[in-house]
Order: sequence, then structure tokens, then C-alpha cells
Amino acid sequence: MNTTKKTREPLFHLIKRTNVPMWQAWLVRGVTVLAAFLLIGLMSFISLKINPFKVYSYMIKGAFGDSYRIMRLLRDLAILLLFALAVTPAFKMKFWNIGAEGQVLMGAYACMFCIFNLGGKINDTLLIFISLAAALVAGSIWAVIPALFKAKWNTNETLFTLMMNYVAIQIILYTIKIWVPGGTGVLTPTVYGNLPKIAGDNFWLSIIAALVMTAIMFVYLRFSKHGYEITVVGESENTARYIGINVKKVIIRTLLLSGLICGITGFLLVAGINHTVSSTTAGGRGFTAILVSWLAKFNPIFMIFTSFLVVFLAKGTDEVMTMSGITNSFFSQVVTGVMFLMIIGCEFFINYRVVFSRHIKKATVVAAVPVTEESAAAETLEAPVNDTQADASEKEDNV
Amino acid sequence: MIVTFLSGAIRLSATFLYGSTGEIITEKAGHLNLGIPGVMSVGAAAGCLSVYYLLKAKIYSSLLLILLPFLTTIVAGGLMGLLYSFLTVSLRANQNVTGLALTTLGVGLAGYLMNRVKAEIMIIGKASQFYSTLFSIDSDNWFVQIFLSHGILVYLAIIIAIVAQVILNRTRLGLHLRAVGESPATADAAGINVTGYKYVATIVGSAIAALGGLFTIMDYMGGNWEYILEGFGWLSIALVIFTLWRPALSIFGSIIFGGLYIAAGYINGITFAQIELIKLLPYAMTIVVLIATSILGSKKAQPPASLGLNYFREER
Amino acid sequence: MEYVNAIEMKNITKTFGSVIANNKVNLDIRKGEILSVLGENGCGKTTLMNMLAGIYYPDEGQIFVNGEEVTIRSPKDAFNLKIGMVHQHFKLVDVFTAAQNIALGVKDNGLYSIKKIATEVREMGSRYGFKINPNKLIHEMSVSEKQTVEIIKVLFRGANILILDEPTAVLTPQEIKTLFAVLREMKKDGKSIVIITHKLNEVMEISDRVAVLRKGEHIATVETSETNEKALADMMVGKKLNLNIDRKEPVNPKPRLIIEHMTVKNRDGINAVDDVSFTVNGGEILGIAGISGNGQKELLEGIAGLQKVESGDIIFHNPKKDKPVTFFHKTLRKIKKMAAEGCFHDPEGRKINFDGYKNKEIVRLVNEEKVLFYEDEIIDLRHRTPREIQELGIKLSFVPEDRLNMGLVGNMSIIDNMALRSYRKGKSIFVNKKRPKNLADKIIDELEVVTPSDMTPVRRLSGGNVQKVLVGREISSSPKVLMAAYPVRGLDINSSYLIYNLLNQQKEKNVAVIFVGEDLDVLLALSDRLVVLSGGKVAGVVDARKVTKEEVGLLMLSNAKAEEAEAVKAELKKEGTVVPVEENNSEEVIAEEKEDKE
Repeated sequence: MNTTKKTREPLFHLIKRTNVPMWQAWLVRGVTVLAAFLLIGLMSFISLKINPFKVYSYMIKGAFGDSYRIMRLLRDLAILLLFALAVTPAFKMKFWNIGAEGQVLMGAYACMFCIFNLGGKINDTLLIFISLAAALVAGSIWAVIPALFKAKWNTNETLFTLMMNYVAIQIILYTIKIWVPGGTGVLTPTVYGNLPKIAGDNFWLSIIAALVMTAIMFVYLRFSKHGYEITVVGESENTARYIGINVKKVIIRTLLLSGLICGITGFLLVAGINHTVSSTTAGGRGFTAILVSWLAKFNPIFMIFTSFLVVFLAKGTDEVMTMSGITNSFFSQVVTGVMFLMIIGCEFFINYRVVFSRHIKKATVVAAVPVTEESAAAETLEAPVNDTQADASEKEDNV
Repeated sequence: MIVTFLSGAIRLSATFLYGSTGEIITEKAGHLNLGIPGVMSVGAAAGCLSVYYLLKAKIYSSLLLILLPFLTTIVAGGLMGLLYSFLTVSLRANQNVTGLALTTLGVGLAGYLMNRVKAEIMIIGKASQFYSTLFSIDSDNWFVQIFLSHGILVYLAIIIAIVAQVILNRTRLGLHLRAVGESPATADAAGINVTGYKYVATIVGSAIAALGGLFTIMDYMGGNWEYILEGFGWLSIALVIFTLWRPALSIFGSIIFGGLYIAAGYINGITFAQIELIKLLPYAMTIVVLIATSILGSKKAQPPASLGLNYFREER
Repeated sequence: MEYVNAIEMKNITKTFGSVIANNKVNLDIRKGEILSVLGENGCGKTTLMNMLAGIYYPDEGQIFVNGEEVTIRSPKDAFNLKIGMVHQHFKLVDVFTAAQNIALGVKDNGLYSIKKIATEVREMGSRYGFKINPNKLIHEMSVSEKQTVEIIKVLFRGANILILDEPTAVLTPQEIKTLFAVLREMKKDGKSIVIITHKLNEVMEISDRVAVLRKGEHIATVETSETNEKALADMMVGKKLNLNIDRKEPVNPKPRLIIEHMTVKNRDGINAVDDVSFTVNGGEILGIAGISGNGQKELLEGIAGLQKVESGDIIFHNPKKDKPVTFFHKTLRKIKKMAAEGCFHDPEGRKINFDGYKNKEIVRLVNEEKVLFYEDEIIDLRHRTPREIQELGIKLSFVPEDRLNMGLVGNMSIIDNMALRSYRKGKSIFVNKKRPKNLADKIIDELEVVTPSDMTPVRRLSGGNVQKVLVGREISSSPKVLMAAYPVRGLDINSSYLIYNLLNQQKEKNVAVIFVGEDLDVLLALSDRLVVLSGGKVAGVVDARKVTKEEVGLLMLSNAKAEEAEAVKAELKKEGTVVPVEENNSEEVIAEEKEDKE
């Protein structure tokens, strides 16, 4: 040992927090969101040379400017919320399903498949029901396959579902090229199997569906026996087995539920909104939804706010771009990424406490007295107080 | 025909090889970086922009035109890795979520910058610096065509993969790194700087993966910026599983992936639709490997034991 | 300047949240001695040593190595100070070889060569008397081999101070002998060795001095030659070890659970429970003794349906005689079939077979509780899922060893943890939270659980309170069989007694209680009969009132790897200890004795 080395304490160390009050946690998150908005304003200012205050007014205008914009905002909010609802039960179970993208795509694909092949040949109302059923089946198959392997052989679900996304994309690309031979590869919107318009707008149905599903999911997770089982499996598989929960069954059942919601979402995207399908029908929302769900702590009610945040950012930045006269669809992605990373980072301050050491102890030289047996015993029995160190007791600083 | 096909497969393989080697190094330290697509995009954008600004400054030195983008790509990729490791190692954020957010940011940032600057018009002309063959042998010999007709970045990818393999399996550094990924508590107790290893592995891994982005745009695409890196990034992550976390095996795995990606162009009478089915194969094969390894349950074919889990020493 | 003390710890305090693990502890370790750090589970021994090993950092106090104040921030610092610790849970990488594990973290300026390390490992092995194959993978090793790797790992870094955390807990007697020989060899080599333990006999055998900790405080450090087991035990527990457990004679014991030739394989495909047969009676406490890892866990999990039973039967006698049958677990068809077989009688004692009855009438009779069981129901539990075992009304209540990972959910509130057993009740799709809340409040009140509220996550409770919550919930379902595995592990004396009393109460309610314990004194004082497990086999079934501790100890070793057991026995004979039973017949002889009594 190097004898000249000064003794040091660690500069800081971490303590895991166990009892952070709810309000405090949400205060930290709220402040972080505000800080992120400030940063976004700054970024817009630097990059687009617009007055940062105008940035915010543009954003609000882009999101709420007129009834058309509000409708778009609500529609996108509803769809993103549905995606998030689909991944949530699996996540609560600590099953990392990052395949909502593919599951929704398969739902949309199955729906379009029915419309393409049956459209005009059968009653349109019947067609809607058939395509809904097909979407539900396809979405749930895509979700249940990885679940089966997870349950039976503990196959890594994160990687499996990730791969399934791309299999779904390729299947769609393949089919579209068959449907539209030699053409642009774009399937023109269909007139068959469209969901009815409500109040003159064909978005309402999706919005209502999302709200109803949110309420159901909240109740399901919070109060139902299934929801309780999901929590137990997620927290401790051993305990779940011990009290007689069939873990495999719960995994498969929960993923079936995820798949069904994805199926509905795919159906709404095709029959209610796009009336066509493409490899970008899901538009990366399967991934965004993971963040939305996670930021909301898997609480469906909170997810309304987190999805709103994401959609607001997208709509808002689009407007900012329009106003600055630059067409660049990537800016909203940058802004969303920044927001996400900041919120992800802030979780640390909710879960941990950093304790800084304020002082540096001086190495105390102790007289080198060989300790005899008696004195050793006496010392250990009496536990002498070391006066010189009394004032140097460690002070803790909460952050 | 077969010669050009194999040559093309090897050329494209570099993209996946950079990505997977980088990701293997990161995963060996126990971190699943799903931000690789973002890292590759940002790396490529940084490299392209540096070429653009060099040309704008009217500097035409061949050496600089290769060296500077190379360095900026590494630095940009490394910075992305630093951001990821700061969040997941120091702030102990969830790895999946952080990775996905990083991909969102990276793909967005790269797309935004490239779109704003409109750099490609200028850089297309200079991209040949990258894809001009390293060994200037002009020959019809099949061997030369397949193996010696590529740009410098292709060979570098293979060298990096081999070096990574040797370091991981034959050196103390690699032993320590694998220990960190298998059991950070053990490594910590053995006096290994777990945090340091995780940071370095993630940053180095991201820098390597970023080179895959640079290669793709400057060599494979000949300077054309196209929105393809995200897909290539996910394929690189698939390749890691496909080759069971072995960089040396990745050399061959990446050639298979590359071959499948371009196979359609070499099959007579193939329809546009069938092309898409062939592109499905890498993913399907990866799924098969994933399932097979989990069923066999062989200890040697498993992911690092603590992959995806953050380490906190004082956890009680 | 040469110091006598290799290490001095002064006024060391360490807290975890509100729990004080160490309070102003002073301890010194001399050069070339073997020091035992003695104390009960949870007294802070391991925490204290972890601060020397750099795992924890003390809140207050100083550490001196060779008289020089030092700061140990990380295991690396500890290594630099030549301090090495072998943890109870081995810190080894499973997919590495022994040599690779040993190479971890070693600073060596030369080229990395695993061959060179393997050679050095072999040399070191022969110097101190280890047997080791450096190229064997860790996950293919036995516990004792893993421990050897751990010790060599520490020596390999040139440690002069070795800390071993409960090194004998997982070893066979023969392995312990080898270990102690190795430790003495190392002591001769001038190394200081610290053994953390709670076993008095080992303290007396191996150490030069003993430091006793109690509830985080240092009580005393004494010369081993100047003390004895009793004095140490007094210091360790604070008051005289008085196991005055009130044990009543079983009232009307009848077989409740009959285990017949049961075999359970562990994960490695080895018979962890090997052809085990015994009977548990209602109204008695059946103790299960044995060195930990001799099939206790697999036995209980096999009975509870949590592990696959390879062969044999688990016959459960449901005490249903003269009790009404219900539709709770049985369909109308099943009841009719059972009636035809003569399973039921009416309140007047006549047999019912429902011939010519209309379904409606049968339903009415059952609902009016007028259909009674003629005899106890006999059910084979094998092949039934844990849930079936629960729902059939067979209340196998099981207190698992690892409380927070199995049995309770740490992040859920006490109320939600209560619901774990009852949430399925009722037809509603929603979980009834009222009943669990009442139960939680009742348990908090009756068992004096210290908690801020019934909404507190159990993770935040102390070990004793967690155990109270778990046992409280398990006995609340009025079980017919209660299985408790190490229910007092890590609990203080008061909590332990509370648990003993609860088990005794259950016994008085005619429950068949199976108690797996590690402390022989407790097992002998609490149980009525004792099943001794050794190597997954029943080594003997004995009357806990008559048998001596030594006899049980001997049985515990009887099936341990044949030749080692022989060696131990031979030695015991030499020393004049009486071997009471012949090994092969022991089981039957004693079991028969007992059955005669019944």
C-alpha cells in the first residue's frame, strides 16, 4: 500500500429510495417536461432562427389552431393511445413486447386482405365485421407466437417480437406488390368496408374506441383478477407459481389481449382512417407506444397525458416547421427523442438519492503501540470514543 | 454472375458487420443497446457532413476526405454511446426504453441535418474515395473480384471483427468485459471497474456501429443519403443473435445477410413481390436461431446472463 | 515497525435506511491468527466484514491496516490492502472455467495466459492441500469445488487477510475437515483468517480468538482457549439459551399425509428426494432435520405441487368424516357418483345413494348440508397442480425459505399480499379487497406487525415482520397441513418464539404441521417426531422427546456420500460416541417403534 496516499472518501454514493411520495415524483417529471420544452425552444431558436416565444405559440396553434387541427390531434392521440394500451399489460408482467408495430400491421393487413378480396362482393356491413374478426385473429396470432415460445422455452421475447415486426412489414410489402403489380407500390384507398362517419367525421369512432379501451384497461389492470395475476407474475414469478398461478397461461393470455388490442388498432387504422395499408401504416408508433406506456408507469389514465405530450410535440413542431418555411419532417422526431431522453433521465432522481461527502478526512496517524492482549480486550469491550473524529462526522446532503 | 453476387454480398456485409460487432461488444458488457439504428444514422450523417464542409472549404485532399469523416463518424457514434451509457449505467434507466428513445433521436437528428444541409449533391462526387478498391488490381480473376475489389471500409470491418473476437476470448480485457456482462456483482467483487467497462464497451461499440452507417452511405450507396439505415440497424441487432454473440461468426453471418438482401437482383424471372419475401429471410432465420438456442438451452449459446439488467452495488 | 494487528476497525457504524446494521463496532485482527466472528443470523457480522471487503462503505468510523488509516471504497481497494473475502453466495461467473474466474481482476504485467494461470493454480492447490481442476466450468462444479475456487481466487491475489463468510454452511463434514486443514496450513503461512459463523463447535475447533457480535454491537473478543461453548452462547444470544417451548402431547393423532416412496429430481436431474416415505399426523409437529440442501426444499415443493414428483404417492386424508359435502369443489355428477359408491350418509347415519332422487332434490339436500361424508376423503396429491391442491380444499400452507421471492410480493402492500391466497374466491371478475384488508388488519393487530400501515409494501418491513405477515396469512386459511421451511431464519429471539407459538397453536387445532429447521435444539424442543433427511433419503424417523442431539446429528450424516460417512462414523466410534442404530435398519426400527405407540 502506498503510504503517502491520502485517504479519501468516495465523492458521492447512491442510496436507493423506497418511499418517494407520488406528488414528489410527478413534480420531478413535470419540471423535467418544462425543462425539455425550454430546451426545445432553444433548439428551434438556434436551428430555425425563430423567436423562442413564437415557437411555443406556433406549437399551440399547430395542435389546437382550428377544429381541423384539433380533430387531427385527437385522432393521432387516440391511435397512439391504443398502441400504448396494447403493450401495457405485457409490460406490467415484465414481458418486453416491442412488437406492437408488427402486431398492428398484421391486424391492418388482415383487415385490408378481407376488404380487398371481398369488397363489393358481399354486404358492406358484413364485410366490416368479417374484416374486424380477421384483424383480431391476425393481431393476436402475431402476439401469441412469441408468448408461446417464451412460456415454453423462455425464448427472449424482446428480440423475438422485434424480429416479428420486420416479418410483418415484409409480408405486407409482398402482398401489396401482388395487389398492385408493376405499379407504384401504393395501394389506393378503398371504398369498401369503411366504418360509418359519426358527426360528419370518420375519426370519431377511433377516438371513442380509444377512450372506452382506456377505461376498460384501467379497470382491468387495477381491479380484476387477471390484472392482479399480471402484477404478481411481473413482480415475482416464483411467488406466482407458489400461490398456484399458471404463469404460462397468464403470459399467453396477456399477450393474447395485447394482440387483440393491436388487431382492433389495425382495423381502425384501415377501416376507419386510412382505408389502405402500407408498410408504414403503424408508422413507428409501436415503438413510441413503449415509451408512452413506460413514462406513464403503465397506468392507462396517465397514458392519456403521455400520448398527448407526444402527439402535441409532433403537431406542434410540424407547425413550427411550416411557419419557418422549412419542410423537414424529421424535426419532430428529434424533439420527441430529446423529450423522451430527458424524462428517462429524470427517473433516476426519483429512484435514487445522491449523497455527497462534504469533507475530506485527513489521515489520522495513530501511535504505533503494539497492542497487548489485555489492552486489546479492554479496548474492544469499552468501545472508546475517538474525540478527534467527533466533529468530523459525515454530513449528508440530500439531492 | 455468381462472382458479382458474392462480391456484392461481401460488400454489403460490412454494414451488418460493423453494426453487429459494435452491438456484440456492448451486449457483452450486459447492455442491450436498441439505439444502434440511431447510432448508425448519426454516425453516417456526421461523416457525410464532414465531407460536405471539407468540400465547401475547397479542401480536396484524398487523405483528409477519408480520414476526417472516419474520425467524425467515430466521435459522433461514441457520443451517442456516451449518452446511452450515461443514462443506463450512471442513471440506471431502463435499457430497452433508452435504446428506443435513442433510435428516435438518432434517426430524427440524422434525417433533419442531412435534409437541412442538402449535402449529398456535393458528396456524391467524392464518395468514390470510399468505394474505390483498396487493392488496385484490375482483373477478371474470380478471386480478385470477390475478395479484393472492395473499398477500405469493407476490410476494416473484417479486421475489427477479428480483433474483437480475439480481444473477447483471448485477453484479460475480454475476460473482464465478459465477466461484467455475465455477473457484474462478481466482476465488482473481483475489483473490476464495472462502470468503466460498461462505459467503454458501449462507447467503443457505438463508434464501431457508427462506421457501419458511414460505410452504407458513402460506399454502398455511393454518397446517396437514403432512409435505409434504421432497417439496417435492426438487421445488425438480429445478426448478433444469429451468430450467437461471436464477432468471427458474424463475418460469415453478415455475408449471408448481405447476400439475402441483394439476392433478388441475381435471380432470373423473379417478381417484385418475391423480392420482398427474400428480404424476409434474414429476420425469419434469426427467429429460428433464437428459438433453437432457447430450446437447446446450451450454456454457450445464451445471451450474457445480465443482459438488460442494470447494476447497482448497494442493492439489498 | 511491525504491528501485531493486521487490521483494526474503530467505531464502525453502518445503517441501511432505518436499520442499524453495525453500531460503533471495534474489532482487531492479528497477524497469523484464525479469528471467528460469531453471532446469530442478522447480527451484522457479514455487513461488518463487507466493509473490509469494499462492498459497503461505513457511515462512520475508521479502518486501520498495519496501523495506517485506510479507506476501502471498493473491492479493488481491499485487494490492494491484501484483504480478500469469500462470500456466502459465491461470486463466480458460471460460464467461465475455474482458471478464468481466478484470473478475474488480477493485475499482471505479463501476457495474459490462461495456461500459466492454470499451472499456478495447481501449484497453489498442492501447497495448501486443495484439489482443483482449473479447466472445469463453474456450472459443472459442486458447491465445495466452487468454494475452493473462491479461496484460491483470494489467495491468488496475494491476500494476507482472508475473510470467509459461513464457509461450512454448505459443506459435508468431510469437506469441512479438509477446509479446516487448509486453513491451518494457511495460518502457518502467516495469513490472518476470519471466519464468520454461528456454529459454536466450529469456533472452538478452529479459531484462536472469537469476536462476538449481537444485534449490530460488538460484545467481546476472547481467547478461544479461555472460553467454552456455553459462555460464547450466552454472549451471542444475550440471555441464557432457554428453549422453554411449551410442547403438549398430540391429541388423537391420525395420519393426515402419507408420503410413499416419493422421488423428486432437482434441476440437474439428480434425485434430490430419493424414495422417501413417512407419515404426518394431524395434531402433531413433525420436524424435518438435515444439513441444508439435503432435499428439504424439494420435498416440500414436491408435496405442494411446485415440483414434479417422479414417482411415489402423496396420500392426503381429508378429515371430512361426518362433515357435509358441498358444491364448492364437486359437481353434481361427481356427488351422485360418490353416493353410488357409498361415500355419504344422512344426518341420521343412514347411507344415501340417491337412487330415484331428482337432481333438484339432491341439490336441495346438499345445500341444506344434509349429505355427510361417511369417511375421511382420501386424495392422492401427485399430479395435481398447486392450484388444484389449494382449490380442492387441501390447505397445504407453505412458508417458503425465500420469503420475499416466494410467498410474498415485495412491492405489493400487505393487503395485496393477503389477497394472494384469496383473490380467486367468488365468481366476480374483480378482486375482492375487503376481505384481504380485514385479514391484514387482523394480522397486524394480533401478531404485532410493526408497519406504518396496511398499505405499506412488505419489502419495507423488517425480516421478522415479513415472516409474521407470511405465516399469519398461511394459517389464516385454517389449513389442514401446514408446512414451514426455516420460518425463523433471520428472526430475532422474540419473533422466533412468536412463530413457535403459532405453530403450536396450529398443532392444537389438529393441523398436521411440518417444520423444517436448521437448529437442532429448536427441532428437538418443538417437534413431536423428527424425520431426518440425509442425501435425499430418510435416515430415520425418531421420537423427538427421546432422541438426543448427537443421535440426530449422526443420522444427518448417515447417507452423506457413503465413504465419508463411514469415515465420520469410524471417528465417532473411536472417540467413544455410541452409535445407536445400524445405518440401514435405523429407519424401519425407529419408525416401527413409533407406529407401535400409536
